[in-house]
Amino acid sequence: MFFTDILKEALWSITGNKVRSSLTILGIVIGIASVIALVAIGQGAQNQIASNIQAIGSNLIIVMPGSQRVGGISQGGGSAQSLTVDDATAIKSQISNVKAVAPSITKRAQITAKGNNTNTQVIGTNLDYPTVRNVAIDLGTFFNDQQIKSSAKVAVIGPTTRDDLFGTSANPVGQTIRISNNDFQVIGVTVAKGGSGFNNQDDVVYVPLTTAQHYISGNNNNYVNNISIAAANQAAMTTVQNQVSDLLLSRHKITDSTQADFSLMNQNDIIATASSITSTFTILLSSIAGISLLVGGIGIMNMMLTTVTERTREIGLRKAVGIKKIYINMQFLAEAVLLTFLGGFIGIIIGWIASLVLSKFVNITAQVSIPSILLAFGVSAAVGIIFGFYPARKASNLSPIEALRYE
Amino acid sequence: MIKCENITKIYRNGDVETVALDNVSFEIEEGEFVSIIGPSGSGKSTLMHILGALDSSTSGKYFLDGHEVSKLNDDQLSELRKDKIGFVFQSFNLLPRATVLRNVELSLLYSDIPSKVRMERSKEALRKAGLEESKFNNLSNQLSGGQMQRVAIARALINNPSIILADEPTGNLDTKTSQIVMDTFRQLNDTGHTIVLITHEMDVATCANRIIHVRDGKIEKDEANKKRNV
Repeated sequence: MFFTDILKEALWSITGNKVRSSLTILGIVIGIASVIALVAIGQGAQNQIASNIQAIGSNLIIVMPGSQRVGGISQGGGSAQSLTVDDATAIKSQISNVKAVAPSITKRAQITAKGNNTNTQVIGTNLDYPTVRNVAIDLGTFFNDQQIKSSAKVAVIGPTTRDDLFGTSANPVGQTIRISNNDFQVIGVTVAKGGSGFNNQDDVVYVPLTTAQHYISGNNNNYVNNISIAAANQAAMTTVQNQVSDLLLSRHKITDSTQADFSLMNQNDIIATASSITSTFTILLSSIAGISLLVGGIGIMNMMLTTVTERTREIGLRKAVGIKKIYINMQFLAEAVLLTFLGGFIGIIIGWIASLVLSKFVNITAQVSIPSILLAFGVSAAVGIIFGFYPARKASNLSPIEALRYE
Repeated sequence: MIKCENITKIYRNGDVETVALDNVSFEIEEGEFVSIIGPSGSGKSTLMHILGALDSSTSGKYFLDGHEVSKLNDDQLSELRKDKIGFVFQSFNLLPRATVLRNVELSLLYSDIPSKVRMERSKEALRKAGLEESKFNNLSNQLSGGQMQRVAIARALINNPSIILADEPTGNLDTKTSQIVMDTFRQLNDTGHTIVLITHEMDVATCANRIIHVRDGKIEKDEANKKRNV
């Protein structure tokens, strides 16, 4: 009885001034909807980045050369020629819990085929590469041991490169492409991995490592741009990383590990870094949305204060007929909470729709999570209670005599 | 029923003290119809507030139905007002946009009385107050002044209070409607309700059986009314 009375009275008073109530609710709707939408997009982005990074490989550790110093000036990480194919061989043979090791040479090159041309990344590598980097073959085959030994001019191309050179979904196996003035025969196409922009893992040409040394990078001296290592399992990653570091330090005759001429990157670290970046952005965006929620809350308080003033006589009457102070307090609080709840409910629906629509445009799968909905509901109720508290207190503390006299 | 002993009410506004009621003592028995009359500023409104448990006296004792009102706290006062006192105001004080029935059952809000019972009691009170049945579901602001005051009287009756306190109940009504409202009070008094009427008009005061004259915070005259005009 008590609860239905409170609810009925609150509804009655909210519907009493529909325009004012709707405008007040609108403030909350905008706040909640933007929080929901932005958190959804942020979480979607976070998951997408994590899955893109997972697609690079599994249990992956990447060794990159350190920075080259020319007369004391650093040329930046990865510029030194300090890693060799022999390092890769040593890692594979001397460290346990290593599943596969793929040294690779990368170089951007202009590629032409049948009058089309594109500029893309050419990767010279070995047979372990598909294992380490989760590369799967869609059409044709990856190159074999024989082709590596003989520096065969064969190439496996990514689907984006295939689309650029031969047209979407064409079968280029057996066709010829021209890289750095040499003809290569296409022997396979990889399965699409996703990613976009300069991080497109599908816009790539794979050639045997030896072929790359002879015809593309122009260096014949065993240096590689990086070594990708797949640990046997997730648990072994840290151990393998440390062992690789120790092995390379001793092979390069460096005693002080701070002077290392190479650096190691662990896939888990990359994921952690990327997620921390995206979650920072999500927090930033949702705090901005939170500000609009705060403004909405102040709108509620403003409306409630106006209502209390307008209904002074009514409050006086309620007190005179014997309604207790606490009920008057709860009545006004209920009104504020009902306003924010309505706003919260509509806000969640609009936020949900907005995140679906937005995800179509920004190409991110927005994820509206149950916790973010619960949070939005909790926040809207809290906004109602916080901003309704003062007006409700003001109403319940009115003296019935003064209130009845109020004109 | 009502017993006032040496009621004094002093309003302090900074250093200025205004004595609104000065050592007022009187009694009202059950079933009486009493008018309290006095010019504005005489202290009759203050007296009504104290009788209505809306305000407390500075000193003195006020007993209502054996309860010493001056000793009660806010919530106990609310409870007392709900159970023992029915108010009728000059300006009706109805909830606009609310039906007649809703207005009448206002003081039953938040109680655990089921809505069916509330409805029955409201209808009964409205019949006693003399409002036609056809108006029960009208909005209160669609009624005439006289009808509004009957709704207010019904609202005062709903809890079957010990006393009905009417503060200038005819102040906003024309002579004819005033007469109808006063008749209603008469009939209620005839059926045993105790009524205290506060007014500044002698015409209205003479409806009662007893008239208490208040002037400058004191009871000037307390007499039985022999020439009742209704």
